[in-house]
Amino acid sequence: MGTELERLTPAPPEGDLLDSPRFPQAAKTELANHQQRTNLRHATTTIRNKRARVVGELSNWQDLRDAGEAIKTRVGRHLDEYLLQFEENFTKAGGHVHWARDAEEANRIVVALVKDTGQEEIVKVKSMVTQEIDMNEALEAEGIAAWETDLAELIVQLGHDRPSHIVVPALHRNRSEVREIFLKEMGRYGTPPPDDLDDQPKNLAGAARVHLREKFMRAKTSTSGANFAIAETGSLVVVESEGNGRMCLTLPDTLISVVGIEKILPTFDDLEVFLQLLPRSSTGERMNPYTSVWTGTTDGDGPKNVHVVLVDNGRTNVLADPEGRAALRCIRCSACLNICPVYERVGGHAYGSVYPGPIGAILNPQLRGTDSEIDRSLPFASSLCGACNEVCPVKIPISDLLVHERHKVVEAKKKDPPHIPHTAEPQIMAAAAWVMDDHRHLELAGKGSELGSRVLGGLLGWKKIGPLPPPLSRWTDARDVPMLPEQTFRDWWKQNRETKK
Amino acid sequence: MTITAPSAATARPGAGMKVALFATCANDVMFPQTPIATVKLLERLGCRVEFPMEQTCCGQIFANTGYFDEAVGSVKTFLRAFERYEYIVGPSGSCVGAVRHQHEMLARRAAGDRVGDRVAAVASRTYDVSEFLVDVLGVTDVGAYFPHRVTYHPSCHSVRIAKVGDKPYQLLKAVRGLDLIELPNAEQCCGMGGTFSLKNPDVSTAMAGDKARNVASTGAEYLCAGDNLCLLNISGVLNRTKAGVKPIHLVEILAHSEGDN
Ligand code: SF4
Repeated sequence: MGTELERLTPAPPEGDLLDSPRFPQAAKTELANHQQRTNLRHATTTIRNKRARVVGELSNWQDLRDAGEAIKTRVGRHLDEYLLQFEENFTKAGGHVHWARDAEEANRIVVALVKDTGQEEIVKVKSMVTQEIDMNEALEAEGIAAWETDLAELIVQLGHDRPSHIVVPALHRNRSEVREIFLKEMGRYGTPPPDDLDDQPKNLAGAARVHLREKFMRAKTSTSGANFAIAETGSLVVVESEGNGRMCLTLPDTLISVVGIEKILPTFDDLEVFLQLLPRSSTGERMNPYTSVWTGTTDGDGPKNVHVVLVDNGRTNVLADPEGRAALRCIRCSACLNICPVYERVGGHAYGSVYPGPIGAILNPQLRGTDSEIDRSLPFASSLCGACNEVCPVKIPISDLLVHERHKVVEAKKKDPPHIPHTAEPQIMAAAAWVMDDHRHLELAGKGSELGSRVLGGLLGWKKIGPLPPPLSRWTDARDVPMLPEQTFRDWWKQNRETKK
Repeated sequence: MTITAPSAATARPGAGMKVALFATCANDVMFPQTPIATVKLLERLGCRVEFPMEQTCCGQIFANTGYFDEAVGSVKTFLRAFERYEYIVGPSGSCVGAVRHQHEMLARRAAGDRVGDRVAAVASRTYDVSEFLVDVLGVTDVGAYFPHRVTYHPSCHSVRIAKVGDKPYQLLKAVRGLDLIELPNAEQCCGMGGTFSLKNPDVSTAMAGDKARNVASTGAEYLCAGDNLCLLNISGVLNRTKAGVKPIHLVEILAHSEGDN
């Protein structure tokens, strides 16, 4: 408790994200959390049904997806020009543009900007990129408190937790857990909740409202991300549901928006497509309750100092990969998370990143490279069922990209120096490839297994293959496997068809 | 009860048609009853079935695990075995899907556009049995008789990669005596996913467990699918729970006629 209070804001959980255990181990831990599994199943089922319903209302949904894909692909092709156009127009409107190559540079810029204001705290609109670069912690280290104002982000922050989902970061929590977090933590960082707080959503939201109101009224500086940045007009766009974003974007004197360089849209008209695709895909709503568009500064209205920090942090590397770059089209709607059977069971934490689920499984190794164990395991955190491909509003072929990233991981492993220990997988695959290269090899292997099944089946009287040695034990630990048949199809064909000819 | 000889079978819509059977490696070695049923069914419909001995595997186990170079041998073997045929038919949405979705990419990477074009052409002539019956032969009633309660699991690769749509349902609905029971949450993955089940055993088991529970809840006697490996996965768990639901491949039901036991 003592160490915690030395901090300005609640400490996140121990452990650097990059040191997270690899996915299969992390997943095992998460799977054992039965409360979370129930919460996840309930939440993902509800939201994906809602999405299906509102998507079904539009007869031109596939056309919209095609348009979304085409616009985003064009952005990728001419990103440099659009970024410069954006800079020019944003500056003309009275804003300041900063460029950041990586997380460290972005944080350095933000810290300096906040320090210039002389403020010691800021309010935040929920943003993925500020989490990606761990901005809150960078500010904390410089004596600046960053307060999350999105309800779910507030729950995560006060709960000393990590977000589990892109759009609904506290999706893994139920309301009685939220009540406990509020009662325990809220008062230590601001206005406390009423003593008789129950777990009614209305009352929980009311407590958060009072707590946040104090912070909004005091704040002179805020940060945001942006859902879209429009090159043609130099405008930034944020969509949200609670109005907390609107408060952060309008009340303070200084607004610092941290934006990934892929967020560009060429023209204002392009928004039409995305303001239909995004809310339907993400929260299953026809329209976002709040859509804020701002272009530089206006005398007597809104923040007087407006900055944007354009962040690369690995994005140009993704762009350099002709197949992989499709992932940059992502508009972070999280439809792929909500439909994913793997995400539904393990939640977001197992992915060791702010980007979980299918998109996280490709984006993290793309942005961070494939050196770490977690990034090497992520492309395999999918059964390739393909459900994500069908819901993605910008038609990212997610399962193809998963396979593409797997190939990169395999190639990287093959190049590892000899002292790095590996499983026998490459040898097993090479041996299996030899079997499949020529039918005579397959027939030889078939003979081996026939013999095996006769011996086991005949001598031991087994009806099923018993426990198998590792790694196949991972299968037989949970499942029965029938005996192999005594005759392959090939042999049946030779006996019953070829000989008759 | 007398059942008259079904018109579809007597009409023999496949008469004079030569079809190459793509058995798939897993069916060849582990589930020979499925390609045997495919042969019998296609022959009953009048097709002349050939089995090119050179064939082995679709290669997806390699490609999907990231071993692209290792997959190339399978792609070449497939080309060698099947290029001379107009119709190539396999009892697996997953393997047929892999042929159509991955072979071209793998061939272009490894051997350039000339081979890539040839591979793409062969892939476009490769069908899952359900597609071949409905789209090419134009039948849904194949003259089958199977007096049992059956629930159908649409495997992910059948639905989303091979895109067989509702053809398996059309075929099942036309089977005499068959009581088709809807499977709750049918389109969710069973957790097999090839090497996924080995690389992420705990998640895979959780998915298979949910699928098995849904299957058991239908009260069906048989669980049917167009892919034996999904059936192996689900029934492996079902067996543990002693649910008593038997796995059966779609083609085995379709090949079943009144005289069979
Ligand atoms: S990959 Fe597609 S579905 Fe997933 S979050 Fe991004 S835009 Fe949404």
